[in-house]
Amino acid sequence: MSETADRVKKIVVEHLGVEAEKVTEDASFIDDLGADSLDIVELVMAFEEEFGVEIPDDAAEKITTVRDAITYIDSNKA
Amino acid sequence: MRRVVVTGLGMVSPLGADVETSWKNILASKSGATRITRFDPTDYACQIACEVKAPDHEWGFDPAKRIDHKIQRQVDPFIIYGLDAAGQALEDAGLTDASEEERYRIGVSIGSGIGGLPGIEKESLVLAEKGPRRVSPHFVHGRLINLISGQVSIRYGLMGPNHAVVTACSTGAHSIGDAARMIIMDDADVMVAGGAESALCPLGIAGFAQARALSTQFNDQPERASRPYDKARDGFVMGEGAGVVVLEEYERAKKRGAKIYAELIGYGMSGDAYHVTAPHPEGAGGYRAMEVAMKRSGLSLSDIDYINAHGTSTPMGDELELGAVRRLFGNAIGDLSMSSTKSAIGHLLGGAGAVEAIFCILALRDQIVPPTLNLEDPSEGTAGVDLVPLVAKERSVKAVLNNSFGFGGTNASLIMKAV
Repeated sequence: MSETADRVKKIVVEHLGVEAEKVTEDASFIDDLGADSLDIVELVMAFEEEFGVEIPDDAAEKITTVRDAITYIDSNKA
Repeated sequence: MRRVVVTGLGMVSPLGADVETSWKNILASKSGATRITRFDPTDYACQIACEVKAPDHEWGFDPAKRIDHKIQRQVDPFIIYGLDAAGQALEDAGLTDASEEERYRIGVSIGSGIGGLPGIEKESLVLAEKGPRRVSPHFVHGRLINLISGQVSIRYGLMGPNHAVVTACSTGAHSIGDAARMIIMDDADVMVAGGAESALCPLGIAGFAQARALSTQFNDQPERASRPYDKARDGFVMGEGAGVVVLEEYERAKKRGAKIYAELIGYGMSGDAYHVTAPHPEGAGGYRAMEVAMKRSGLSLSDIDYINAHGTSTPMGDELELGAVRRLFGNAIGDLSMSSTKSAIGHLLGGAGAVEAIFCILALRDQIVPPTLNLEDPSEGTAGVDLVPLVAKERSVKAVLNNSFGFGGTNASLIMKAV
């Protein structure tokens, strides 16, 4: 598992209060992890802070699974 | 007219995470006051408060007991306290698994005086330091006053009236009184009602201190600072927490065999029309609130055995309230006891009236009245009144009156009796 994946999963666990084993890369924030649209806004903010990337709203809208987040961060971080 | 009784109690206070622990500590003359731990108060005129204690404390509060991790992260402490106290009250009343049909007739009215001040303070610093894109998407609904009622409704599926009173330090009493009227008017059969507060943050302490409302002379002796009616009193000590009661239409409560603590028989309201922070110089507003509540109750003045005073420990307010009680009750004042539990838990602002109404109910249940701590050298104007100094007192308690007065000159009195 990549270092980005570890850090993303840790943020998801902390923000959504879900068990770590549920946060697989295929997991959908809304369908599998109980997030609502505002939780996703908060998660995106946390990813921006953690990785020093900017995730514009149109890109954030396409992040629906843990894998989407990891992929976006890995291809955009400095 | 439909009658309203109390069938459930819930509390988070500086002396306990539940009703019975808080009451036991109140009766044992314990104090919830300490040096402020939430932030470094070194530069502040007032450095003490009655904080709700951390989970590792003997009577600490653990939010995880009833509240999801996610909600805990998103909302201010006043909502957490209110939601937990509401859960306690519903559990106590045996109403946590009401049917859908019943839940259409169960409402919520839990208010707060100030709301999410710690979160507003914190997020304004985020905005200033990091810009608008770092402000939490949960900022607004995690700070709004009516979001205790909202969260309680969502958590327990309560679909009746959903309301929130905001009348400063009268909020808790107004919430209960107004909710009772919703039952009387047949808007609901059950109301979960009360108040909550947590303004224990740098901005809250600085603001009240600048308004010259807080005690500043007892920073090295926190437990001695809240001393209503004592000559050395110099301001209130800020508290935090929540009090919530379940109000229920009497026939419904009787039919389901509910435990009935008390009947709410009187509610009076008034406005001072005088000053934003100072009470009316003759206590005229407080007098009229009590007078109206007495009239509604149908009781005689001599029927009131215990008054839980607003009694905040400010130099002006305590004696004005006592003067108003003296004028209204006349000779009957010699037979009643009157104390201020703010001496033990501080001033819970919007939560005060509800927490104190619960102490009144427990006085009815246990036939004992809680003490006024630190009343060592009573003010001149207190002669001939039993202010229950220092220790609790066993006595006959058949009817009780609770006073709450708030900034803006808003007053509320509640009267309850055993059923």
